[in-house]
Amino acid sequence: MQDMNPQDIVGDYTEHELKFSDDSHRKVLVSEQETPFPKGCLIVSRTDTSGVITHANQSFVLMSGYEKSELIGEPHHILRHPDMPPAAFKDLWDTLERGEKWTGYVKNLRKDGGFYWVFATAIPNIRNGEVVGYTSVRREPSRKKVEECMALYPTLF
Amino acid sequence: MTYNLAISPDFKPDLISGWFFFNTWLQKQLGEGVHLEIHQDFKEQHDAIENGKVDLIYANPFDISQLVRDKGFLPVVKPAAKPDEAIIACHAGSFTEVKDLPTNIKIAQTDTPDVNTIGMIMLEPADIDKTTVEIIQCDNFVVVAKQLMRGDADVGFFLAESFNELSALVKKDLYPLVSSQIHMIHHAMLVSPKMAAQKDQLEKLLIAMSSDDNSKKILGEIGVSQFETMSAEDAEFMIDLMDTLTT
Repeated sequence: MQDMNPQDIVGDYTEHELKFSDDSHRKVLVSEQETPFPKGCLIVSRTDTSGVITHANQSFVLMSGYEKSELIGEPHHILRHPDMPPAAFKDLWDTLERGEKWTGYVKNLRKDGGFYWVFATAIPNIRNGEVVGYTSVRREPSRKKVEECMALYPTLF
Repeated sequence: MTYNLAISPDFKPDLISGWFFFNTWLQKQLGEGVHLEIHQDFKEQHDAIENGKVDLIYANPFDISQLVRDKGFLPVVKPAAKPDEAIIACHAGSFTEVKDLPTNIKIAQTDTPDVNTIGMIMLEPADIDKTTVEIIQCDNFVVVAKQLMRGDADVGFFLAESFNELSALVKKDLYPLVSSQIHMIHHAMLVSPKMAAQKDQLEKLLIAMSSDDNSKKILGEIGVSQFETMSAEDAEFMIDLMDTLTT
């Protein structure tokens, strides 16, 4: 996955190096600009079994700041924000690999360096007894829960 | 043989005659007896499904999971451009945003499962959940509106289509706090395993309805512009989506 481009970033930003579970790296550029969750919408995406995006709805595209063509075929961690503890994503994948539903509050990174909070639910897509991919649906989170996560997540690194 | 057709109990009352026209049309097309059973509520319909008394059903999206995954029903068609969306409304002048709602509100709702699920999800940003609210169960969306107008409930859950069709006199006293824009949840026509052999014929007949003036008129009477194919994967995707919403 490509590093983030300073030309895409809106406002002041800080630079971070993310390391993913597959040992790949990405330089991300992060601003303090929050984008509010669109009222009444759901952000929906699907991935294959290795976490590569295969479908993204319009709300997903809009909130990510990317073009749809820039998202399809990329790993879902294109949205990974450096404030999210890696333990949260390990738990997500461990849960999905057990064939179970995962939920959590997630701070996602936008193409422009900004962020948005979501309440995410991910489930395995089981067809004829086999996991063929994953569906993730994100909805507007409780602000109180977001504030709790803002206090908790820095302690999990 | 006579088959049993069930219509999701959340259909609009003024469409009931349309569904009888549809049933008559369907019998003629299939050359088989089809009995239209109007269930009074979702519980009655669920009992009929459990007892194997439903062969063809125009189902609420919330019920499709059970029908497909537990009962082996097959998806046939879905209505084109007719998603189920929900509106949360309050009495005009009481609130203007969901985030301003107190957590211990009274909610007026019908027994329409997808509307109620989406409605509760849209209250989550205000830290409201099933444990903090009082539910006032109503027979239909007009009664929900009356609960709001009388001040007996703080908010009401509506199917967007039904809210939009309330009279101007009623709507002027109501304020829509938030409308869902999900676009991917919709009713669907399904057949039971007993009717599986007729699935392809049914699909062709139902999709062709919009191409013929007479059957197109019947479609209009049930509030559908046209039917389109619903594949097994379309159904599975919607079931997965609904599964994420019941967390």
